[in-house]
Amino acid sequence: MTKFEKTTALSRRAVLIGGGALVVSIGAPIGADTVFNIGAAHAQGARPPLTPDQLSSYIAVNADGTVNAYFGKMDMGHGLHVAIGQIVAEELDVPFKAVTVFMADTDKTVNQGGASGSTGIQLGGKQMRYAAAEARRVLIEMASSALSVPADQLKVSDGVVTVKNDASKSISYAKLIGGRYFNVELAWNKQFGNDLYAPGKAQPKPASEHKIVGQPIKRADVAPKVFAQEDFVTDVKRPGMVHGRMIRPPVAGAVPVKVDDNSIKDIPGAKVVWDKGFLGVVADKEWDAIKAAEKLKIEWSNANPPFPDQAALYDHIRKAPVRKRVVEKENGSVDEAFKSAAKVIEAEYEWPFQSHASMGPACAVVEIMTDGQVLCWSGSQKTHFVQEGVALTLGIPVEKVTVYWKMGPGSYGRNDADDCAGDAAMLAKAVGKPVRLQYMRDQGTGWDPKGPASIHKVRAGLDASGNVVAYDFLSKAFSRVDVNTNGSKPWDTLTGQTLGVALKSGDGFGVPAESYAFDNKRLAWETIPPLLDRASPLRSSHLRDPVGPQIHFASESFIDEVAAAHGADPIEFRLRHIKEPRDVAVIKAAAQAANWETRPSPRKGQTGNKVSGRGIAYAQRNGTRVAIVAEVDIDRASGKIWARKFTVAHDCGQIINPDGLTKCIEGNIVQGVSRTLWEEVKFDNKSVTSVDWMTYPILDITETPAEVNVVLINHPEIASSGAGEPSIRPVAAAIANAIFDATGVRIRRVPFSPDHVKAALS
Amino acid sequence: MTQKFALTVNGTTHTIEADPDMPLLYALRDELGLNNPHFGCGLAQCGACTVHLDGQATRSCATPLSAVGNAKITTLAGLGTPEKPHPLQTAYIEEQVPQCGYCINGWIMTAADLLAHKKNPSEAEIEDALSGIKCRCGTHISILKAVKRAAAMMG
Repeated sequence: MTKFEKTTALSRRAVLIGGGALVVSIGAPIGADTVFNIGAAHAQGARPPLTPDQLSSYIAVNADGTVNAYFGKMDMGHGLHVAIGQIVAEELDVPFKAVTVFMADTDKTVNQGGASGSTGIQLGGKQMRYAAAEARRVLIEMASSALSVPADQLKVSDGVVTVKNDASKSISYAKLIGGRYFNVELAWNKQFGNDLYAPGKAQPKPASEHKIVGQPIKRADVAPKVFAQEDFVTDVKRPGMVHGRMIRPPVAGAVPVKVDDNSIKDIPGAKVVWDKGFLGVVADKEWDAIKAAEKLKIEWSNANPPFPDQAALYDHIRKAPVRKRVVEKENGSVDEAFKSAAKVIEAEYEWPFQSHASMGPACAVVEIMTDGQVLCWSGSQKTHFVQEGVALTLGIPVEKVTVYWKMGPGSYGRNDADDCAGDAAMLAKAVGKPVRLQYMRDQGTGWDPKGPASIHKVRAGLDASGNVVAYDFLSKAFSRVDVNTNGSKPWDTLTGQTLGVALKSGDGFGVPAESYAFDNKRLAWETIPPLLDRASPLRSSHLRDPVGPQIHFASESFIDEVAAAHGADPIEFRLRHIKEPRDVAVIKAAAQAANWETRPSPRKGQTGNKVSGRGIAYAQRNGTRVAIVAEVDIDRASGKIWARKFTVAHDCGQIINPDGLTKCIEGNIVQGVSRTLWEEVKFDNKSVTSVDWMTYPILDITETPAEVNVVLINHPEIASSGAGEPSIRPVAAAIANAIFDATGVRIRRVPFSPDHVKAALS
Repeated sequence: MTQKFALTVNGTTHTIEADPDMPLLYALRDELGLNNPHFGCGLAQCGACTVHLDGQATRSCATPLSAVGNAKITTLAGLGTPEKPHPLQTAYIEEQVPQCGYCINGWIMTAADLLAHKKNPSEAEIEDALSGIKCRCGTHISILKAVKRAAAMMG
């Protein structure tokens, strides 16, 4: 059965030794000599290292002919492991069910970047495809030698190599290499992470020959979840394990100056772990650790409240010094073109800090063995980076740390998981026992890295005929990498920062990804310093489709504003300026499926409090194109919006698994609706005040769209691009444009909560 | 001060000694080693910890042991098995609901309570019963399909 294997006690060595681990040396040309040398290689104890340039780091055939795929990324809930299994099975010509995908454990996989940038299939799957193709090529050559038949006379089906014109002559993969390692070098590009690429000599199959890729194969991990048979990272138990809880300051930036151990002396096994700003407790029992964290008497340093009033957030951004300015795209003479424009339209849009607010706060388990080896169980999206971060935090070589990936309580980017692993490591080191640390809800929402708040200024210059002759898009925002997208460096984790490592705030944002062909066009961003230069509950980093929702809320709302100023239909206006064929195709597909009525916005003839509207928005993302039509109902009296229906046209090149892709898109749309209608991190001068589901509301099931109609555009001839994030990108703008269509009122600040909408409509 | 408690969970009675103020969730997870109810908020706001007490969906993170009494406790693992699945479990698999799956206890246990007491509920009744339960991955559309499918199976 193909599933993602989660037996974390089972090391890679154990997996293969079970089949008698040997090493098969395959250099070209393959001959009988190589095969005869297998035993010698084994006798010498040789085993290919777990490095990116070894085929064995990605693919192994077990003694029973089943296949292990070692994947240095992980599935955060979309079912990515199914698609990876399909790709590997396809290239190897083995049954889908023969493939088991092992994900992200650092002792079994190389660093392919973790869950990152919707690259699971785009980059991770590409590498697995090339590795599997190379494995098939090598196996054919081995079969050629074993059967004494030229390789081009052989075919493969279900893991058995057969002579094309003599079915009586065959040999299975199991017999050729089962239980032994490939010893085949790949042409590694010397990159780690998302950019890792290590092809062999084989070319993958053409899409026309695909039989498994493209099929709607179901997930095998749903049943274990619904029968409560699957362990999450929160469920890991180690002998002698104690429980930890962390304590955060009431005023961001404050550190403990006095900690009274006596205040928790009645709690069995309770201990304080305190070093500079790092403050946690451990106890034998979890409930005792929670009580100890609540009861511990702490005197905090006098820290100046670091944050502006919430109401002044966007003014703060406007007035803040620019730390970095980047013009990512510019063509023509933008400033000159504005000077000669007959008319200029401009608008400004605002997006708040948002929290990952994962379903549960982060959890990690760390055990430091007597020989100094450190074992860490984490739900992080980036286990290989956590490995480095834990090693640096503990001051030990990275080789001494193994990180096992376990499904965490939801993850949509750089959430609190990496911090939790570092904190758990420090607690384990301090108390000399395995520690399970889970944050509390207020820490999960209040102290996770936030999606950055931003403002976006957009201008368009029009000539006398209403054509766009100048376009200028500028975001000014907190950085998407105030703390980096992974916890590999102590200055990027709360652990490191609370221990006194100085923040190294990076600069990054982004620009709209579209193909509007304006003659004089500039797309730029500016970043501002963080509000607090140390352990901050408002430090900013990556949250799903990092900065995509805010940028395209602005850019696609603005395009609608320009269309409305022309009295043009929003789709007709877009297509006037978009010539890129795949972009045109998604927009037309969405319009057709939604039965789009060609007319300008706003809609005419609606009276009363209950009004409806429709809106379009589109975006690209690293090769993927998405167009969304939103249909919304609005109660003008209450300000409540129901985003009733979405039609989504989605083109990500070749589709590996259409059902998995559709689910992935549905999740993006629903989470996008939540972030658009409800989500805003609240704070006061001292700290974040969004600390639970009452103070950080998200979409409720009573507000769920009645329908998300997904139109998949498949391009088997085009390499797959990502799907994990692109479709959340245009959601906010599609809703905003639908609100304008319904009401004639343009809302330029997210979230569209009832209070905000009511105020905007009045 | 700790006290002895006899907890009947999924048909088996266990005796534990614990703080009467301790929420049932920690008894199930830490004392009895049951992994299925999850800690999501500790505030009865999300549902990830939901179990049945005498058939009634209850947030175990905010239910002190002292309030459990003799109630029979059922967790997700006790609702059905792969051999004898509850219709909601079957429907969840058919509809392929999960993204991360951490929230599942809340939806299935609450919906099971609803469907045990209400045949063929309307969509509004389903949504009303499930209101307040959280799913951060955004699987709500599939959840609704699964609950409706299970309701039809239970006819």
